[in-house]
Amino acid sequence: MINRIIAWLADVAHWQGDDGILRRLVEHMEYATTALVIAALIAIPLGLYIGHTGKGRFLVVNAVGAARAIPSLGLLYLAFFWLAPRLSGEVAFLAPAGLVLVVLAIPPILSGAYAGVEGVEPAARDAAVGMGMRGTEVMRHVELPCALPLILSGIRSAMLQVIATATIAAVLGLGGLGRFLIDGLASQDFPQTASGAILVAVLALAVDMAFALVQRSVVSPGLTGRYGKVSL
Amino acid sequence: MMNRTRIALALVASAAMLAVASCGSGSDPLASGGSTKAASAGTIVVGSANFPENALLAEIYAGALSAKGITVEKKLNIGSRETYIPALKDGSIDLIPEYTGALDQYFNKDAKATGADDVYAELKAAVPATLTILDKSAAEDKNALVVTKETADKYNLKTIADLQPIAKDLTLGGPPEMKTRLTGVPGLKRVYNLDFKTFRPLDASGPLSVQALKNGQVDVANIFTTDPSIAENGFVVLGDPKGLFVAQNVVPLITKSKVNDTIAAALNAISAKLDTATLGALVKEVVVDKLDPAVVAKEFLTKNGLG
Repeated sequence: MINRIIAWLADVAHWQGDDGILRRLVEHMEYATTALVIAALIAIPLGLYIGHTGKGRFLVVNAVGAARAIPSLGLLYLAFFWLAPRLSGEVAFLAPAGLVLVVLAIPPILSGAYAGVEGVEPAARDAAVGMGMRGTEVMRHVELPCALPLILSGIRSAMLQVIATATIAAVLGLGGLGRFLIDGLASQDFPQTASGAILVAVLALAVDMAFALVQRSVVSPGLTGRYGKVSL
Repeated sequence: MMNRTRIALALVASAAMLAVASCGSGSDPLASGGSTKAASAGTIVVGSANFPENALLAEIYAGALSAKGITVEKKLNIGSRETYIPALKDGSIDLIPEYTGALDQYFNKDAKATGADDVYAELKAAVPATLTILDKSAAEDKNALVVTKETADKYNLKTIADLQPIAKDLTLGGPPEMKTRLTGVPGLKRVYNLDFKTFRPLDASGPLSVQALKNGQVDVANIFTTDPSIAENGFVVLGDPKGLFVAQNVVPLITKSKVNDTIAAALNAISAKLDTATLGALVKEVVVDKLDPAVVAKEFLTKNGLG
């Protein structure tokens, strides 16, 4: 079996063309990054606002917890049956899949953002106010940089989940690496199915690693302690 | 997983044997033949492919068998033929509603027959030794290539052959396995010399295929002849003059060792009552009217005095 998987992956023909691995890889990353960007645009401002003001915290914390329990495949079918007849063209298929991935990505990003802002040391905030900063300035110059590690780890865990789950786009006849899973299962081509699963796992790990490097380079050294103890 | 199922089945079978042995007066539990009797009288596991009509047919089979006092277990919506035939061979399921032509081509790479009786005869000879088919019904659920009314008018399409000059600009949609299956993309190339622009994997004549055809993601879709979406959307079914899509009569495929006279009679009685129009109407009740397949099956059986 292992040999057949290696043989499948090593076959150059499987990497090329409209249904080749490279094309599917690009599609997969398109779905994942689009969903992640939309989710971040919604969740980060909302999370910062909640963390800064404390308003709506109870509601959002619980809503986010509940959202994590939504089964993606179930939501996919629900969204498809509801949205597809109302839309036309390629969007009728992309929108339901995108919705599922955005819903999946929001909770980790949102909780990272509000927990990050909430966890900023009150002394740092006080000092900023004492220096004459207004609310938005405190947010931009103190709270946001201090919350950055948690915000980024929220995005990172959302990315990991979205890449792993973007395989469900193939259920709706879209592309992405999920194609190999669905097509392989439908025609009992197990090397293809297994190769698809391996590719998704490798992609998820590679992106996660890349993200770790980004995180290392953008977070203030003062927070990570990489330059030793530096007072804020 | 398989082993566990087998052990469970073995346990059930031996429990049944013990029960039979203790009830029967003076019967010898070790007498030869005792075990085969217990096995053939054991539970019948009815499976189905993953589309509503097949699940409905499986419900009809299950209902008729239960009515005859046979213990039935249902494992519906298993997947495509490539998945459930191995399950039938390894004993995970015992009975499944099948279609003569597609099954013939699955078992027999050199299948040639296209007419209903020829296909049935050819299939009967090709079925593996552990399996068998019972009587076929008149009901036929054929694969068909279907286009929208607009597409049909635009290119003046009547049959699949009319697609030849324009196929290179059209997208074909169907279940994922159609890409490699003999009656799928390779068959369209071989029989009609069709090279579609792309093949888009969707579902087996389900909501994705209908939606994709309506929305124009695909120009030509593989939809079954009994599918209610055809009438609902005014789709045009393209004729098949060269018989790529062979006869597809509904037929019970069953593990040979599980068949007895009661089971055969019950299933053959169903086949005698089914035709394409009846089946189409039953499928509509499930797919369009959203009735429970078990309820629709029960109605059919009661009406025909089968359950």
